[in-house]
Amino acid sequence: MKIESTFLIGVGIFFGCVAAIYWFLSYEDAGGMMLVGTCLLGLVPGSYYFFWHRRFRGHKYFFWGKTERVVGTRPEDRPDATIADGAGVISSFPGGSVWPFILGMGAFVLLLSFVFGVWLAMVGGSVILTALVGVTAESRRGGTH
Amino acid sequence: MDPSPTGNPSATRTDAAPGGPAAAPDAPEPGAAPARSRRSRWLGTAVLVAGGLLLAGCQLPTFGETKPVTTQGQDAIKLWQGFFIAGAIVFLIVFGLITWAVLRYRRRSDAMPRQTQYHTILEIIYTTVPVVIVLVLFGFTFVTENEVNALPTPKMSVTVTGFQWGWRFHYTTKNVTVIGVELQDPEMVLPVNEPTRIYLESHDVIHGFYVPAFDFSRYAQPGIINKFTITPHTTGTYRGQCTQYCGLYHSLMRFRVKVVSDAAFAAWVSTHHSSGPATSISTAEKQALTNSTPGAHTPNVPPSTVTSTATTNQTAGSTGL
Amino acid sequence: MTDVIAPPAGGGGGALIPGAGTDHLAHPHEEHGPSGLMKWITTTDHKVIGLSYMITAVALFYIAGLLALGIRVQLTTPAGTFISFQQYNQLFTMHGSIMLYLFAGPFAFGGLANYVVPLQIGAPDMAFPRLNALSYWLFLGGSTTMLLGFATSGGAADFGWVAYAPLSTSTYTPGTGEDLWIMALVLTGFSAIFTGVNLVATIFYLRAPGMTMFRMPIFTWNMLVTGILILIAFPVLTAALVMLFADRHFGTMIYAVTGCHTVTGAPDAHACGSAVLWQNLFWFFGHPEVYILALPYFGIVTEIFPVFSRKPVFGYKGMVFATMSIAALSTGVWAHHMFTTGTVLLPFFSLMSLLIAVPTGIKFFNWIGTMWRGQLVYKTPMLMSIGFLFAFLMGGVTGVMLASPPIDFFVHTTYFVVAHFHQVLFGSAVFGGFAGLYYWYPKMFGRMLNDTLGKWHFWLLFIGFWVTFMPQYILGLHGMPRRVASYPAHLGWQSLNIASTIGAFMIATSFLFLLANFWVSWRYPVPAGDNPWDAHTLEWFTTSPPPHHNYTHLPTIRSERPTWDYNHPEAPTIRHGGPSGPGHPNGHGPIGSGNGGPPGGGDGSAGARQGVPAS
Ligand code: HEM
Ligand SMILES: [Cu+2]
Ligand SMILES: [Cu+2]
Repeated sequence: MKIESTFLIGVGIFFGCVAAIYWFLSYEDAGGMMLVGTCLLGLVPGSYYFFWHRRFRGHKYFFWGKTERVVGTRPEDRPDATIADGAGVISSFPGGSVWPFILGMGAFVLLLSFVFGVWLAMVGGSVILTALVGVTAESRRGGTH
Repeated sequence: MDPSPTGNPSATRTDAAPGGPAAAPDAPEPGAAPARSRRSRWLGTAVLVAGGLLLAGCQLPTFGETKPVTTQGQDAIKLWQGFFIAGAIVFLIVFGLITWAVLRYRRRSDAMPRQTQYHTILEIIYTTVPVVIVLVLFGFTFVTENEVNALPTPKMSVTVTGFQWGWRFHYTTKNVTVIGVELQDPEMVLPVNEPTRIYLESHDVIHGFYVPAFDFSRYAQPGIINKFTITPHTTGTYRGQCTQYCGLYHSLMRFRVKVVSDAAFAAWVSTHHSSGPATSISTAEKQALTNSTPGAHTPNVPPSTVTSTATTNQTAGSTGL
Repeated sequence: MTDVIAPPAGGGGGALIPGAGTDHLAHPHEEHGPSGLMKWITTTDHKVIGLSYMITAVALFYIAGLLALGIRVQLTTPAGTFISFQQYNQLFTMHGSIMLYLFAGPFAFGGLANYVVPLQIGAPDMAFPRLNALSYWLFLGGSTTMLLGFATSGGAADFGWVAYAPLSTSTYTPGTGEDLWIMALVLTGFSAIFTGVNLVATIFYLRAPGMTMFRMPIFTWNMLVTGILILIAFPVLTAALVMLFADRHFGTMIYAVTGCHTVTGAPDAHACGSAVLWQNLFWFFGHPEVYILALPYFGIVTEIFPVFSRKPVFGYKGMVFATMSIAALSTGVWAHHMFTTGTVLLPFFSLMSLLIAVPTGIKFFNWIGTMWRGQLVYKTPMLMSIGFLFAFLMGGVTGVMLASPPIDFFVHTTYFVVAHFHQVLFGSAVFGGFAGLYYWYPKMFGRMLNDTLGKWHFWLLFIGFWVTFMPQYILGLHGMPRRVASYPAHLGWQSLNIASTIGAFMIATSFLFLLANFWVSWRYPVPAGDNPWDAHTLEWFTTSPPPHHNYTHLPTIRSERPTWDYNHPEAPTIRHGGPSGPGHPNGHGPIGSGNGGPPGGGDGSAGARQGVPAS
């Protein structure tokens, strides 16, 4: 997690600096705002990863506090890990699902309604709702099979 | 033909640009000894050629670009020459390296090549040398930019208005206005050797004011008045055209700039200066406008039909604005 | 010889860490799923989604290519009558929009990346498979929406691929085609954002053990950076489009300036929108977008050069940092497209733009360094990659010129720019993209593409490319504006335009060879085997095509080329090159001989850890 978080925090710091320089050179709002947004885009998830990186090392918060359990480094971050170190279920992957398709088509119809008339929004909206309900139910069942 | 301003300070500055880059990318070669000597010979030639061109100074070709007829254009073209030579040298070196690698290292045997991955010194060199080149290029850019954009106090100014799909030139201090729409290019008349301030604006969408012989262009934007100075130093008639796509007849939104002697300019102003009331211009203006609004989705009638309703390419009287 | 582990008892659809020897049927549930069309519609497999993306994108590339031919035919004569002005304007708008939004981007990050990234890092799938499927359906919906424009009475959108306000407001372009264009980009924009999220999450969370960040193949690195760039850029576009739509239909005045022109004096700032705001927002998206379209293709050729030179990629870490710097700088240069607006901070944007040349230069020298003293094999993927090098070199050099405002002032919006961006975009998306297609096709279908036909494709394409675009530089310098349907006859532009059109038809012909190649490989399959190119990265370790969830077993990962280490324990990477002469592999090469073969001693030994980038 360390490199991941360094990478994102680096993004944040870089755009923080660029935003400051740009703002004080130009006082132009649109660009300034977007650069600040970009800075946050790096900083926020970067700090999150950094938090977990520290937590894995046994620090409760970033630099203070202690946890009981030291998880250590993930196998994918250890240069000497063997494949066996990562054995086990990685994650649950759905075997197949019709809902993404239905959701996508619902969004398609919904956006077309902005062009061709509100009546399409009824169709698109209800398809989207169905899909959302469907995909939630499917996830709670634990996938299709 | 090329009125090269000997003694123009920018001449030495911009022409020096290739010097930096020429010495520059001699690093990037991951090394073979025969290649190295070949390279230095080759580089020597490159430096010589660049130096020769540098000495030739004003004799440098414009590398395809239109010969400038304004002092601002002249500054810009010097920068272009520097960039072109620098670019050509970098191009040739990298091109040479690629071609050499491609021809020389074609697979000849099953021998396993050395599995080298890093060469720190080499990598540092080919990082820092481009940084230096870029900073040099930026330096020249910065200087030229300020020359091209300089706004000396004008003796004369013209307000140029772009609209779908034509131009209006209004001589603020002279009470003269010229209007033209597509296929009937209006003509902007300017006195030679006189810095003229242009105020550029737009009625409707964004247009681009571009005269190739000035080596300059600028957007005409609604809600914004752009200012710049042109100082034409050669008389003649030059082609101009809208470069920013502005709807259906963008392709036809052309105009001309005629640079004339002071006397001729004065004569032109007095024949076209009209002390009449503002109505004549506003009619013309209105027609031009009616003709242009709401634009691009009018059926694709041939341009002549559209223009037939416009009064144009004739100089209308003044408004006294 | 592999690190085989016993399969843990995983339940349901849980993906297992690869194990179970050669048992390809570790996941029986794929056997009795739906079939045919229903299978395609319900799939969440990144490989199927990736392929769907690629097929759709290539089809759209052919369509946009046909539109380009229409443009070129119109321009062979000064007052072309092949199509009307209005049709011409639609043609270049749709050509540019399809090429950029629907081909070059989705082909790379939806298609190839989707297929290849999970394989390269040893993951069973993308992190969010259903989101991945949704991305594809949104993309398909968006593409359809954009093409629907041609079916409306007013025709397709005709405000250029950049849709500059106020031309794009309803006063000037009131048509349905324009609205469809906006909605198409909203749909594909969301699709891109979802894919970006998915790529980043996959790369952060699903790497195989030992696949540290600094052992990821460069293609994966580039896709990670692209993913971040997508997340920076696309939300801005979507927001800008929503505001544009509001201007067009709900009477807001964000960009619109109708009724407040300045002829009679200063505009009333409160009543008027800002035309420059659109440009700021659009290019804050637009310039990172061109790197979203370039970085994946840089990644592709960086996979291909080492394999066909039989060497590791030269300057691996430099390559990674160059990618990052390109991406970082590219987000600070948006206004170099606005130099001629007279409203931007010229020195800042000029310097930032010029600086991008530095990391790009590093990449070039690393590519050359990779080929240097290699054993180069000229199969089609390698030829295409070399074509990319030449094309991008020319486009890059002219790009540096455009970064200088005084020069940009006189070539902006002329054919010089058209030539420049085709050399970079065509160079990357077509040479790089089809290099990738030729390279990974055997993995995807388990059969080869014919190399002779491939060479015909390459040479026609390569020659046609230069014949098409070099004349355009000259035309631009002579002052021919872009986006014009006719030009004055007396300026002598016709012969160069004819040359350009001839080149375009050569390109078109070359793509018939690609179709022929597909047909040949479908009709007369030549089996590819798992690793036809003796390649380096993990995806070549599994079968072709890979099984459901990709791997049944994995090699030990000790460098960025585990498959090579596995197959060539005698030729490990020498991490510290230099003038030190012909070296023994002196322990610097931690190789992945998972069975503990020499040198280095095997897993966990001190030797195997040396020279490994710290994590
Ligand atoms: C098949 C070969 C191609 C040919 C012959 C071609 C030709 C052209 C021409 C002549 C124009 C200028 C139209 C004008 O300004 O009036 C143009 C515009 C454009 N092309 Fe291409 N092109 C090709 C491939 C591509 C590719 C592969 C891409 C991107 C991946 C691309 C992206 C664009 C873009 C973005 C524009 C600008 C559209 C606009 O002005 O709004 N083209 N193309
Ligand atoms: Cu125009
Ligand atoms: Cu850009």
